[in-house]
Amino acid sequence: MGKPELLDPTPDALVDRDELIRRLLAGLPRHCVLHAPEELKPYECDGLSAYREIPYAVALPENEAQVRHVLRTCNECRVPVVARGAGTGLSGGALPHPRGVTLGLSKMKSILAVDPVARTAVVQPGVRNLAISEAVAALGLYYAPDPSSQIACSIGGNIAENSGGVHCLKYGLTVHNVLKLRFVTIAGEVLELGGEGLDSAGFDLMALAIGSEGLLGIVTEITVKLLPKPQLARVVLAAFDSLEKAGEAVANIIAAGIIPAGLEMMDKLATGAVEQFVHAGYPLDAEAILLCESDGTPEEVAEEIEHMSAVMRASGATDLRLSRDEAERLRFWSGRKAAFPAVGRLMPDYFCMDGTIPKRQLGRVLRGIEALSLEFGLQCPNVFHAGDGNLHPLIMFDANIPGQQDTATRFGAKILELCVEAGGTITGEHGVGVEKIDQMCVQFGSDELELFHAVKAAFDPLRLLNPGKAVPTLQRCAEMGAMHVHRGQEKFPELPRF
Amino acid sequence: MIEQFAETIRQAATEGGSVRMRGGGTKDFYGVALEGTVLDTRGYAGVVDYEPSELVITVRAGTPLTEVERVLAERGQMLAFDPPHLGPDSTIGGAVASGFSGPRRAAAGSARDFVLGVRVLDSSGRDLSFGGQVMKNVAGYDLSRFVTGSFGTLALITEASVKVLPRPVADATLRFEMDESAAIAALNHWAGQPLPLSGTCFHEGTLWVRLSGARAAVEAAVAKLGGELPADAEAFWSSIRNQTHPFFAAATPLWRMSIRSSAPPLGLGAQLIEWNGSLRWIAADVEHDAAHAAAHAWGGHATLFRGGAKAAGIMRLAAPVLALHKRIKRSLDPNSVFGRHRMHPEF
Repeated sequence: MGKPELLDPTPDALVDRDELIRRLLAGLPRHCVLHAPEELKPYECDGLSAYREIPYAVALPENEAQVRHVLRTCNECRVPVVARGAGTGLSGGALPHPRGVTLGLSKMKSILAVDPVARTAVVQPGVRNLAISEAVAALGLYYAPDPSSQIACSIGGNIAENSGGVHCLKYGLTVHNVLKLRFVTIAGEVLELGGEGLDSAGFDLMALAIGSEGLLGIVTEITVKLLPKPQLARVVLAAFDSLEKAGEAVANIIAAGIIPAGLEMMDKLATGAVEQFVHAGYPLDAEAILLCESDGTPEEVAEEIEHMSAVMRASGATDLRLSRDEAERLRFWSGRKAAFPAVGRLMPDYFCMDGTIPKRQLGRVLRGIEALSLEFGLQCPNVFHAGDGNLHPLIMFDANIPGQQDTATRFGAKILELCVEAGGTITGEHGVGVEKIDQMCVQFGSDELELFHAVKAAFDPLRLLNPGKAVPTLQRCAEMGAMHVHRGQEKFPELPRF
Repeated sequence: MIEQFAETIRQAATEGGSVRMRGGGTKDFYGVALEGTVLDTRGYAGVVDYEPSELVITVRAGTPLTEVERVLAERGQMLAFDPPHLGPDSTIGGAVASGFSGPRRAAAGSARDFVLGVRVLDSSGRDLSFGGQVMKNVAGYDLSRFVTGSFGTLALITEASVKVLPRPVADATLRFEMDESAAIAALNHWAGQPLPLSGTCFHEGTLWVRLSGARAAVEAAVAKLGGELPADAEAFWSSIRNQTHPFFAAATPLWRMSIRSSAPPLGLGAQLIEWNGSLRWIAADVEHDAAHAAAHAWGGHATLFRGGAKAAGIMRLAAPVLALHKRIKRSLDPNSVFGRHRMHPEF
């Protein structure tokens, strides 16, 4: 498959590449501006390696003043800016622009302050997600959102994507755990959004900034909320002889008034892939397994585990195993957390989809994926944040076999359309990036997209921040011809059809 | 009904007028000014979809809050952000548009934290949907959370999908006598421990602490914290949530200070503290400058919530933040059709 057509009317730059680099160097030390081909190569893609592009330059500022310089320079020169954290994103959000500057925040990785009394930490965007929890562990505190990539991913990237994690059913997403941001606009202005209290005056600009995929501004400082670490966590590993029964067990747990700390499902293909890799002790004959975690005080956990186990047994679980100690709990989770790399070992390439559906649609959607898997002739193990309906079907393919990547892409698009049809969304936590830009035309009508563009115009009128990502232009949607019927109206009635 | 609302909006736009959305009108006291033709949402009421195992309810804006809570209670669930009933006629639309949250907010999250999706009419009367009925959704900008708390200045919310939670199995309330500094210290200390706090309030030397959750967890916390067990706890929390407590009836202006939870006593006048110290209500004739300076010094902001001199505005926004507010307002509502001057004298 070729590079995605950006189809984005980014204005023509006012300066050439050499002049741009000269101007960047006027405000940044030499070692912070990369422009030789061999220096740029490592930045050609993020976690979605199917898409690659070499930028004009990579700027790696060491402080906020340098971030402002990069943004002001690019704004004056009308050059696109693509922000990048740790480069672990799965939707190509940090894919460079071929005529742009990649703004990497990896050098800004200090934890600036920890307030043990008010339970907050002030960190720079390049700080790794897990490093925050490690830094405050001695205080009995932690930062709750824990995306699977938490050893590597940066908090700045988490802000851009509104990352979740396996515990977000109970503890929320990034948007629920951030108090305040220092946010630099494309014009180089610094804004403070949010505050040290629990809310802010005026519009909720934090809600807009978080999850905006680098299209609205660049975050240079983040104040996160820290939570008291639960005294104890235990996980139940339950086996089921059908996906439907596992799905019913999930609905029954929630309906029983339990909010598990984590509730994950894996199908047989996924557990098989994982067992070869990490030996987590998963039953290989089960059609589906559930990992259901309880945390809190020892009394609370004992009470909740008993309740959860009873519900799962009544829902038809064929086997229940309770983690006996912390080592076993981590081992049960290790399989789930290693699901992506495990699948990566079985096949040269895979696409990880990220649709979210109402949980009651689970059976229908999984059957649909199975049918598509046969139709396209590609295997597709499923891992699933069951508690919040977030599916991660992993489409396995080999890009060296001609046509197979295209087939996988079409398979993925169908899965996302299936999720939208089921009342869900094309992305639960990985973001739209370049990967799902066309499916945005399926999920939203032209009127909604226009409103997104109106929001963008208030922040970045020249559309220099991460152009071609996250929100498609109306032209793009019209050209790809996605026919999306919104409340009975044909989309883009004003445009001719061929 | 939606078409009728859209027509009202379009007509106002054509005539250079504005509309102000109104449910039960229980928050008419709030804001800089009430301008424009009233658009009454109460005709558009009812539950659109509710499936308890999905933890989501979708309701039309004009539905009475009491009705939403009754439907949820039948299935053992609740709106966990404790939206205040500032009168008997509060609607869910008003709860979302105001973004106000009650005592459980510090533990469970705010109105905006629980909003998963909205259906809105925009300033040209277009019927749009953002977000959805699922917990995790990062497709496009998060406009459903963004319009929450915008007081009808950006769009008319016609439907909202809100995450709900199971009602806690057990509740207990403890009461302690202590001074303000000790209460602030205790609240911050307890909030840093794995205790099932679900509401805290300090007023005139008495600290009230509510615990909710699994029976075992609540019992263990009661044993650990001590204090006395008051008999009238439920009525007390309801008077805080719905602002029927005598403190809120004072004739003086009511300032709302949202600040760092560990900030020391502000000493600005009669006061009631919530949210583990991060919300301080001040019922006193405080000068605007003094109120904003005090909040700013502790990393937060002040709002003139009720009464007082509102012409100067009820909040202060830093210059670049105000400029961004105005750009967003112009971009989404170019003719200023919605809630003109409700939130700020300049937009």
